[in-house]
Amino acid sequence: MSAPVKSSAPIGGNAGKGAYHVSERGYYGEFGGAFIPEMLYPNVEELRRKYLEIMSDPSFKEEFNQLLKNYVGRPSPLYFARRMSEKYGTRIYLKREDLNHTGAHKINNTIGQILMARRLGKTRIIAETGAGQHGVATATVCALTGMECVVYMGEIDIARQAPNVARMKMLGAEVRPALSGSRTLKDATNEAIRDWINNPVDTHYIIGSAIGPHPYPDMVTRFQSVISEEIRTQLLEHEGRENPDYVVACIGGGSNAAGTFYHFLDEENVGIIAVEAAGKGIDSGESAATSVLGHKGIIHGCKTLLMQTEDGQITEPYSISAGLDYPGVGPMHAHLFTSGRAEFKAITDDDAMKAGLELCQLEGIIPAIESSHALAVFEQREFGKDDIVVVALSGRGDKDLNTYIDHFSL
Amino acid sequence: MTTNRIHQKLQEDKKILSIYFTAGYPALEDTATIIEKLQDSGADMLEIGLPFSDPLADGPTIQESSTQALKNGMTTGKLFEQLKGIRNTVHIPLIIMGYFNPVMQYGVEAFCAKCAETGIDGLIIPDLPVDVYQEEYKPLFEKYGLANIFLITPQTPDDRIRYIDSVSGGFIYMVSSASVTGAKNTFGDTQKQYFERIYNLQLKNPQIVGFGISNADTFEAATKRAKGAIIGSAFIRFLNEKGVDAIPGFISSVR
Repeated sequence: MSAPVKSSAPIGGNAGKGAYHVSERGYYGEFGGAFIPEMLYPNVEELRRKYLEIMSDPSFKEEFNQLLKNYVGRPSPLYFARRMSEKYGTRIYLKREDLNHTGAHKINNTIGQILMARRLGKTRIIAETGAGQHGVATATVCALTGMECVVYMGEIDIARQAPNVARMKMLGAEVRPALSGSRTLKDATNEAIRDWINNPVDTHYIIGSAIGPHPYPDMVTRFQSVISEEIRTQLLEHEGRENPDYVVACIGGGSNAAGTFYHFLDEENVGIIAVEAAGKGIDSGESAATSVLGHKGIIHGCKTLLMQTEDGQITEPYSISAGLDYPGVGPMHAHLFTSGRAEFKAITDDDAMKAGLELCQLEGIIPAIESSHALAVFEQREFGKDDIVVVALSGRGDKDLNTYIDHFSL
Repeated sequence: MTTNRIHQKLQEDKKILSIYFTAGYPALEDTATIIEKLQDSGADMLEIGLPFSDPLADGPTIQESSTQALKNGMTTGKLFEQLKGIRNTVHIPLIIMGYFNPVMQYGVEAFCAKCAETGIDGLIIPDLPVDVYQEEYKPLFEKYGLANIFLITPQTPDDRIRYIDSVSGGFIYMVSSASVTGAKNTFGDTQKQYFERIYNLQLKNPQIVGFGISNADTFEAATKRAKGAIIGSAFIRFLNEKGVDAIPGFISSVR
């Protein structure tokens, strides 16, 4: 059902010409680049030289598309949310990434990268994970292809995400605790990078978000761009037009948002809305709203907006949603923010939880708390009654049941 | 400008022993004391580590010392304060090693100016890539007489080594093996072949080996072909166990 890409173009198409796409040198405006120690240069450079060529290979695209269809269960439905639309007086569609195998959009990227790793001749996979969703998606594709898999996870996250740790182990992955620094996602990322430095020949690092040194943000975005590619085809069937009036997605590092926005970046009549986690409130000191609280700097190999002290030490963000509490934001999103192309909203824990419960009761869908942030946009902003608003429902809420139970004393 | 202390030191007919330590560790105000003691004990050159919350090229020892230094209250401004007047007593080359983000936040030019004012001779910023340096920052570093030192590794191809050699000032920092800092304590045949290969390239800049140097044996093996070697993690472990007063014993155990 997804539109076939022209045979010579890489996955995501030859879209790299517009002002919001990555430049040949790996920048989105002033953001991006590859600020990496020399020890990482050979691996990152090999990837940079080969990723577009590999992603253009018809047999690679065929293999990727087949797995997305038969293993992941794509295309994911674009569902018209009738009762929600009635409540908010606009036309709301949900892009159902929650129905993917493993329960979120993360698998689109890990399928792509595991095939990429194989083409590069790598035999060992490493990944970082916060809540464990990307770790599970990586462990899954490693099992699928018979690759060795090591997932780094902050010691604190291991303690609070026991079911996902168990899933990874059942799938055959080794989960290594990150014991350094704040022992959460950013430290798990540091540990994964260190592993790659120590194992430069046989190992591929599957980064889970649209972050990291070039070409990672572009590669991850292209693998996730299947989301917006399908939205266009599906919307044409539902509404007789390819472009909605708005696309909305939650944003931590920003991979589901990147995939949801991708094919609309150059369509100036499509409004782009990125929803960050305000945590307990932007000024509470416990927040993850990077576009508001962040400053230009370097994190995990790219120049972007990140939360840091005046002295340049990276700080620990907070959100009730483990998938949104990353201190940086992908460089593409930093550019969408500073250029004004996208509208950024910040949603508090409480408002997100309320929106999540509302979706359960209006549409019979239990969303991931990450996705609930995107859904809360309707309480914060008005849309016209004829506007078509597509919201990325990036994941399902099974993993968050305990948080829902605690929050609503269920 | 290029009559920099690093260049002069590297002219000397001896193998250079360079020591890395983290500023503000073990105690916040130890920085100047450590520098003086290291010089007086016979270290030839020093790398002062500017602590960073996320030092991704470093192993656990240096990361832990950085975390502690930050807890102690170390900041970029504080380091420059501690180094004020250091040139009244210290004449060996001093290099600041740190990650790019804190330097960016201080302001790259302000940072360079402060280095020059304090008597810093060079910088090692592992995550400032050579091409970005070349395009954006080289004139600034040169304006303030700072040597910028780049890393090479066993995986760096010869043509890239030559490119890095052409952009580098001071010396080439030869990472001994594919690893983060503090990872290994012996050198195998692979490393020795790598040392030979680099020696045979006859680069313009002298080479100083770092990562995996911890004692007299590894110092000797590393400097058989290179001009000198850097000890970091092993020195920090020593400081942690024996304290600042025992520094002369550490230096004499290496040479």
